[in-house]
Amino acid sequence: MSDLVEKVTNGDVRAVARLIRDVDDGMPEVRDVLKALYPHTGRAYIIGITGAPGVGKSTLVDQMVAHLRKRGKTVGVLAVDPTSPFSGGAILGDRVRMQRHSLDPEVFIRSLATRGHFGGLTQSTRSAIDILDAMGKDVILVETVGVGQDEVDVMRNVHTTVIVVIPGMGDDIQAIKAGILEVGDIFLINKSDREGTDKTLRDLRLMIEMDQGKFDRGLWKPPILKVQAVFDKGVDDFLDAVDRHAQHLEQTAGGLKSRRSPDRVRQEMVDMIKTRLIEEVLDKLTESGDFDRAVNAIVKGDLDPYSACENLVFPALGGTSAEG
Amino acid sequence: MKRERKIRVMVAKPGLDGHDRGARIIARAYRDAGFEVVYTGLHQTPEEIVEAAIQEDVDMVGLSSLAGAHKYLFQAVVDLLREKDSGDIVVCGGGIIPDDDIKMLKAAGVKEIFTPGTTLDEIVKWVRENVTPRR
Repeated sequence: MSDLVEKVTNGDVRAVARLIRDVDDGMPEVRDVLKALYPHTGRAYIIGITGAPGVGKSTLVDQMVAHLRKRGKTVGVLAVDPTSPFSGGAILGDRVRMQRHSLDPEVFIRSLATRGHFGGLTQSTRSAIDILDAMGKDVILVETVGVGQDEVDVMRNVHTTVIVVIPGMGDDIQAIKAGILEVGDIFLINKSDREGTDKTLRDLRLMIEMDQGKFDRGLWKPPILKVQAVFDKGVDDFLDAVDRHAQHLEQTAGGLKSRRSPDRVRQEMVDMIKTRLIEEVLDKLTESGDFDRAVNAIVKGDLDPYSACENLVFPALGGTSAEG
Repeated sequence: MKRERKIRVMVAKPGLDGHDRGARIIARAYRDAGFEVVYTGLHQTPEEIVEAAIQEDVDMVGLSSLAGAHKYLFQAVVDLLREKDSGDIVVCGGGIIPDDDIKMLKAAGVKEIFTPGTTLDEIVKWVRENVTPRR
């Protein structure tokens, strides 16, 4: 195992690739490796990029990689795409836009599927971030479609969260308002050569300025920038904005360490405990056959799911009843 | 529940061939079969394909070529994978490929070649039988 840790910290691509696979496949052996890697993490700057399908996230990430390389940074990319709930399969196509970096030894790109795990996306993405961090990447870009609680949670675990929209998606801004909008540190209007850019800009500005009180107290005010990723326009200015946000974190939250602020660590622990608990309990129940027996009983109408859940969960946790 | 090895495959278009309809249909069939499919897009060099396959830790690389350069391109992918200590990644190919070339490619280490007329079901079945997730 120490051999594997050494390979990862030395940046061995194959070792890193295989370890991420083991994390994703939920192999219990990886826990010890992750424990050993943890002291090597905390050096990378992590940027999350999120937005609806088709807004140009992958193209933007591709340009970010190019500019970050010009700035002398090594880069890791995690591109998350949805798993089909019907077949369990996934087409991971973000790489299409980024393949020109595939021969650059200082860039590591990995596609991840959301899979079905219960809150596990947060967990496995976080572990993958840690692995790339331990591998020595200076900047890690995490790209997700910004829907669902899991993905909001992923975005809460990065240093800078970037929300990408395109002109004319007014309703879309409404849709993201509830969830992920609150975590946006930088707003990007991509494809800003298109009609409706100014209206989208006004809409976003209006929304952000509703929180003016917070900004007056010194909280970060998210800038709104126009880019045209496909033409490589505005990307450098955007990265400067990321730098400014990083400086802001430096002054107010300890910079890179902000990922380890008590709030975030608390959140991280809650996620981790949740995932682990579900895993352990479900494993126990499926192995013993209790789970299938309960399912059959409910299907036949002999049992209600509320009682079944109670009968299953408490013994699995070592108690005997809801009171126990 | 969770400890599950999923088959990960890569679908790649090497060379200058610009027709990716077939590759996309195959990718979709793989997805519907429950595989995770990394698609690289058009105009890939063997070097780019091999590097991506290693970073993505796939169990199989499926190459599609309709432009006639399959002999060189497919073999280059097999050779590079071996060179990079990743010869355990299964390589298969598809396209308009003459019988003589199929013999040559199989001898070179391409595990199977699918020609026009092969059904998606046959291809998926072959993958299930010949590709084990994580060796």
